[in-house]
Amino acid sequence: MTALRKLSFDAVVIGGGGAGMRASLQMAQSGFKTACLTKVFPTRSHTVSAQGGITCAIASADPNDDWRWHMYDTVKGSDYIGDQDAIEYMCSVGPEAVFELEHMGLPFSRFENGRIYQRPFGGQSKDFGHGGQAARTCAAADRTGHALLHTLFQNNVKHDTTFLNEWFAVDLVRNQDGVVVGVIAIEIETGEVVFVESKATVLATGGAGRIYASTTNAHINTGDGIGMALRAGYPMQDMEMWQFHPTGIYGAGTLVTEGCRGEGGYLINKDGERFMERYAPNAKDLAGRDVVARSMMTEILEGRGCGEQGDHVFLKLDHLGKDILHSRLPGITELSKTFAHVDPVSAPIPVVPTCHYMMGGLPTNIHGQAITQVDGEDQVIPGLYACGEAACVSVHGANRLGGNSLLDLVVFGRAAGLFIEEQLQQGIEYRAASEDDVDRAMGRLNALDTNENGEDTATLKRELQNCMQNYFGVFRDGEFMKKGRDELTGLGERIANLSITDKSKAFNTARMEALELQNLFEVAESTAISADERTESRGAHSRRDFPVRDDATWLCHSLYDPTTKSLSKRGVNFTPKTVETFEPKERTY
Amino acid sequence: MLVSVYRYNPETDREPYMQNVDVSLPEGKDLMVLDVLNLIKEKDQSLSYRRSCREGVCGSDGMNMNGKNGLACITPVSEVVKNGKLVVRPLPGLPVVRDLVVDMAIFYKQYQRVKPYLQNSSPASGRERLQSPEERAKLDGLYECILCACCSTSCPSFWWNPEKFVGPAGLLQAYRFLADSRDEATDERLSELDDPFSVFRCRGIMNCVSVCPKGLNPTKAIGHIRDMLLSRAT
Repeated sequence: MTALRKLSFDAVVIGGGGAGMRASLQMAQSGFKTACLTKVFPTRSHTVSAQGGITCAIASADPNDDWRWHMYDTVKGSDYIGDQDAIEYMCSVGPEAVFELEHMGLPFSRFENGRIYQRPFGGQSKDFGHGGQAARTCAAADRTGHALLHTLFQNNVKHDTTFLNEWFAVDLVRNQDGVVVGVIAIEIETGEVVFVESKATVLATGGAGRIYASTTNAHINTGDGIGMALRAGYPMQDMEMWQFHPTGIYGAGTLVTEGCRGEGGYLINKDGERFMERYAPNAKDLAGRDVVARSMMTEILEGRGCGEQGDHVFLKLDHLGKDILHSRLPGITELSKTFAHVDPVSAPIPVVPTCHYMMGGLPTNIHGQAITQVDGEDQVIPGLYACGEAACVSVHGANRLGGNSLLDLVVFGRAAGLFIEEQLQQGIEYRAASEDDVDRAMGRLNALDTNENGEDTATLKRELQNCMQNYFGVFRDGEFMKKGRDELTGLGERIANLSITDKSKAFNTARMEALELQNLFEVAESTAISADERTESRGAHSRRDFPVRDDATWLCHSLYDPTTKSLSKRGVNFTPKTVETFEPKERTY
Repeated sequence: MLVSVYRYNPETDREPYMQNVDVSLPEGKDLMVLDVLNLIKEKDQSLSYRRSCREGVCGSDGMNMNGKNGLACITPVSEVVKNGKLVVRPLPGLPVVRDLVVDMAIFYKQYQRVKPYLQNSSPASGRERLQSPEERAKLDGLYECILCACCSTSCPSFWWNPEKFVGPAGLLQAYRFLADSRDEATDERLSELDDPFSVFRCRGIMNCVSVCPKGLNPTKAIGHIRDMLLSRAT
């Protein structure tokens, strides 16, 4: 038994992004002993990069806006495998959660009447698709994520959340009864390994876009929570569903917000043609992201791409004028100059679909309780919760709408906090972990520190990212995916045996990157198997060999079981509480 | 290209040293300094530095490049390299944890000291508090701070008095809330800054302005706070 220092909390939230800090804030302001454990200082979390806004029917741009219209858009956007009870909850509770953020100080942009500014985003409609384009995305210029993340951090400071900043969570600790009782973590500055014990453990570890070679995601987006949960034997839902954002800057991968198109920008091919008019005659450039990304790739593959290699298209913004660009899209103007060497005031930005968001994740109910299945029946995992991108509650189904990620993380971070609060008030206690339980959770870390002749992280990571990029991108095909799966099988063994040459303690980023790569692999493997086995095209999952949506077989979630590396199905919720079910229909924009 | 990197591992080094590394850069591509560090780290995994978003919004990779503070991820090599050499050091004035990683505790402490959150005890309606676009515009140039510490660690007044002088980043944040039409704690905020050190140690040399990677102007914000303090005193 390794003698570890132990810290105890009512709740520990792993991840200091938007979801994690909304959850920790909820519990801290109610006086519970709450820790937010995060591998980077909280304002460095990836929420900071969200640009365009938070979609919510606060009825500011349109006084008659209705959360049910937002719900309709979200269900349709999900290609009908978003859970309707969860979407109903998110869209109806959303306004309250957004107004709370404003009260906390979030510096939203404003309309003349003093209310929060809202801009049009993709996939938005009025009157259940019959009333034309809506403007429902609340924005702080094009820095909404930054404004939101800083506001949440500031309010956590106000309410004395305990921050374990620059602590790296390694693995979950489970006791003999299958209860999650905390986590093993490394204090990065000293290298000390600590058992953080808690009555409730919340995974708010965000996405894992770094499984792909080209991504808008930060270096830190390595799916650590997903890796931990899979190693603990818990299932993942809808892991084949990865969003490719239409507008990543060509070459650099950095994000250019959909808000650019919301403000009137549009995409053109090498002939200067506004090609989205052909693919989505009504919504044009503001169709769902999956639709726009596929249209762009089709243009490129059919020889109408821009540049010498014909491998990207252009986002045209210059017609909006300097004033709009500088007041509403100042961050984009900056990013474009830095990474594309283009001033959008005078020239179009070269863009290409880029991995952006993981719709799948650890399945949860609307209270953030993590779910597993036993004999095909849902069962709550005691002690474990998840929210934000790491969770799959599922409000995004097969395709997330722009502006819905910030709403998701605020609403369900809050919901998890509220629910755990209630549980704590009813008096749940710490549940004991034996020495064996802790030792088991230490296994991976111990192995990494004793491995001697393995390969190095950088090489293996590049191979993994290229494999995912080549075989599991915007368009997929069974034959290719088989090849990809074979490659992954080989990589899995090598990544399990990788070794580090630097075994020092203080701020050892080599150890961290090795642990992160193992998490990336878990995510990649579950993605590959889920993608190969879902034999249809739906939302972001688009197969050349199965080009049609197959509701008879696949109007359901996929559930990946890491213990057998196999896929099963889980039902989608079609029973919202206060509105009629939105029945699946053909999805056109 | 010759890269000279500051190295210090507290477990093995008695004192810090500069390590020279020859890095071959890909042709026809102007890498960012962060890309160069990543190339070095692929060969020598023991090099430690912070990085996250790699697009200049998270503020992780503030460091000193050829004598000037900035973010490694949005600083093109061509912009800082001198005579074919790139010298990379940690942000000056803070204790070094390891290599390019500094201990930012005092920086964060000064940030928290200004109570960087909205204070408004009036009951809110069921909707947002109203704010005109003109009132909101007063926050532009203030709220965008990413806490990278490039400014405070380039400020001699902060080097000398990190415990007593709030520093440009903290003061920019203080003014962000003083300037917010929704905040009601103006008086308390000013009282807590009203001493010879917190604000008035700023000598207006504007190092903070010249290094801010977001183009913000802490000196101007400090000027506004001074004015508020002075007009309150008369």
